[in-house]
Amino acid sequence: MNQPLLEIKDLKTYFYVKAGTVKAVDGVTLNLDPGVKMGLVGESGSGKTTMALAVMRMIKPPGTIQGKISLNGVDLVTLSNEEMRKARLSQISMIPQGAMNSLNPVARIRNQILDGLEDHGVKLSKSEANDRLAQLLQIVELPTKVADMYPHELSGGMKQRVTVAIAISMGPKLIIADEPTSALDVVIQRQVMETITRLVRELNLSMILIGHDMGLMAQSVERLAVMYAGKLAETGGVKEMFADPLHPYTQKMISSLPVLGRRGVFEGIQGIPPSVINPPPGCLFAARCPKVIAGTCQEISPALREVRPGRWVSCHLYN
Amino acid sequence: MTLSYFVRRVFFLFLVVWTAATINFVLPHLAGRDPIKEQMLIQIASQGRTQADAEAMIRTYTRLFGLDRPLWEQYLTYIGNVMRLDFGYSINNYPRTVMDIIISRGRLTLPFVVVSIFISFTFGILLGAFLGWNRTPQWVSNLVVPPMLVLSSVPQFLVALVLIYFVAFRMRLLPMNGAYPRTMVEDWGSLTFWMGYAKHAILPILSMVLVDASGWALGMRAMMVTVEGEDYATFAEAKGLTTWRVFFRYLLRNALLPPLTGLAIRLGFIITGASLVESFFAYNGLGSTLGGAIGNFDYFLLYGIVTIMVMCIALATFVMDMIYPLLDPRISYKAQRG
Ligand SMILES: Nc1ncnc2c1ncn2[C@@H]1O[C@H](COP(=O)(O)OP(=O)(O)O)[C@@H](O)[C@H]1O
Ligand SMILES: [Mg+2]
Repeated sequence: MNQPLLEIKDLKTYFYVKAGTVKAVDGVTLNLDPGVKMGLVGESGSGKTTMALAVMRMIKPPGTIQGKISLNGVDLVTLSNEEMRKARLSQISMIPQGAMNSLNPVARIRNQILDGLEDHGVKLSKSEANDRLAQLLQIVELPTKVADMYPHELSGGMKQRVTVAIAISMGPKLIIADEPTSALDVVIQRQVMETITRLVRELNLSMILIGHDMGLMAQSVERLAVMYAGKLAETGGVKEMFADPLHPYTQKMISSLPVLGRRGVFEGIQGIPPSVINPPPGCLFAARCPKVIAGTCQEISPALREVRPGRWVSCHLYN
Repeated sequence: MTLSYFVRRVFFLFLVVWTAATINFVLPHLAGRDPIKEQMLIQIASQGRTQADAEAMIRTYTRLFGLDRPLWEQYLTYIGNVMRLDFGYSINNYPRTVMDIIISRGRLTLPFVVVSIFISFTFGILLGAFLGWNRTPQWVSNLVVPPMLVLSSVPQFLVALVLIYFVAFRMRLLPMNGAYPRTMVEDWGSLTFWMGYAKHAILPILSMVLVDASGWALGMRAMMVTVEGEDYATFAEAKGLTTWRVFFRYLLRNALLPPLTGLAIRLGFIITGASLVESFFAYNGLGSTLGGAIGNFDYFLLYGIVTIMVMCIALATFVMDMIYPLLDPRISYKAQRG
């Protein structure tokens, strides 16, 4: 039996702020096998970015990380700061949300790529560095001359390609891409996404793709995880989940997708997402849920259970 | 750097100085006062000269200052003189020239003001960057920021007063006032004079630095927090860069840009920026000279100082315009107009 590449167990990321405790990620458990692409979807504020930052161990006070995050059997939570720093980029890379602004505005692309290599102990002569730069830029389909440019001289799509080049520059095993194309227009979005999926395949990487575009997910990933208010609602194979969504929230999400040839008003999900500051007990979706079980859902928080092999859901309907 | 950018900036520099000089020239004519006559009348009243004497003197002085010639000729001469930094004679201290007074007063304060501006800036920026950094423990900020808030909002002379009282008066560690020891004559060529000057300058510098550095630090701290919220800060950390590279090359480097503009402005006000501190330490520098010139209707001295001030500001802006594109590639020499 092969070991999962990434194993997250009961991950909690709480921010202790004046107004109370923000339970941005509250008890997420999931596994990711080597070479698998997983989509992480959920409404804005459901804790996707926070979870990505927690896996990178980049949560700042007043935030705290609890639980287990292991990569290839190494528990990241217990690594020293220096070990964790080295693991970034060489083991896990992250492409942050907000493609337009991920590059240092005052440094040339060349230095922004080489900085990462240098701080991971890669020593290159001038000509080796040039070769490496040309090669990395070529992989992401950019001309070599981009190396000597500044971020503001590049288009959004080009900037995002540079970010991707940096992310793969140290040969990580896992890439977390946080809405990597949401700031780009649709055509560019497609092209950049194609490059990312091609690279992930060629380099045999695992990827967590964060987003809320279900259409994009259907094309790009093999597994899907749905987050709701800091908790995992459901995970499973992407085809299975589209065909047979279990959690009422997932059902709503999928039925609200536009389908070619079907006319009419799309339904959307009624109500507003709950606040994750001092959340109430019980299932947080209960207030918006059409299948709420009176007396149970509001009181008891549903546990995440494996209802079928590889299919996890946290809902009282499947007890 | 494109040549046209440079040429445009130089042109702009001259335009600013020329405009200021022209305003200087026009204003007294609009005011309808005759500084020479007023000055003479005061002297007549105080020294009991005869009317005939006084009128002869007024005529002589009027010719001496060129006030009897046509206005356009006066203007051309004036502009030509300003460009050569020749502001004529001081009415009150005739026959000393305005430039001579500006230099002799200015050099008393300029060294200590320049030193304190640079110490304040360097120290304030580093401290602010450190305080705004998300790796600095919270208690450090809690400890340092409140006193800095107080310091940055009190006037420099108040700090000066406290320092004079405790350090100079009670503990007698440093001289209370004066630009240099009373036993010395002003001699900028001698090392001992410089040493004496430096010792006298410690308290003025300290009172300026305490206030200014707090201001820079608070501004820089806020800038750091802003920069840390940017995606490139997150990505820098995600790249697994060393802490110090992230701090200096990604955070501080970007947060530094707005304060640098502030520094240019501060340097523009260099010659009169320390008036109060200077008068508190009895420096007899340009700040108090400016005050005196206003009080005595010494127009030529007044306009000389004001013109020099304008030149300093224009020059500081010019230097900043030249340097800024090197620091921030988003500002290009080409795209800018003006
Ligand atoms: N540093 C922080 N301090 C306090 N609350 C935070 C912080 N970061 C995120 N949160 C909160 O955590 C929740 C999840 O945010 P986020 O992870 O950005 O959601 P998503 O990426 O799914 O849109 C939000 O309610 C947000 O306000
Ligand atoms: Mg997000």
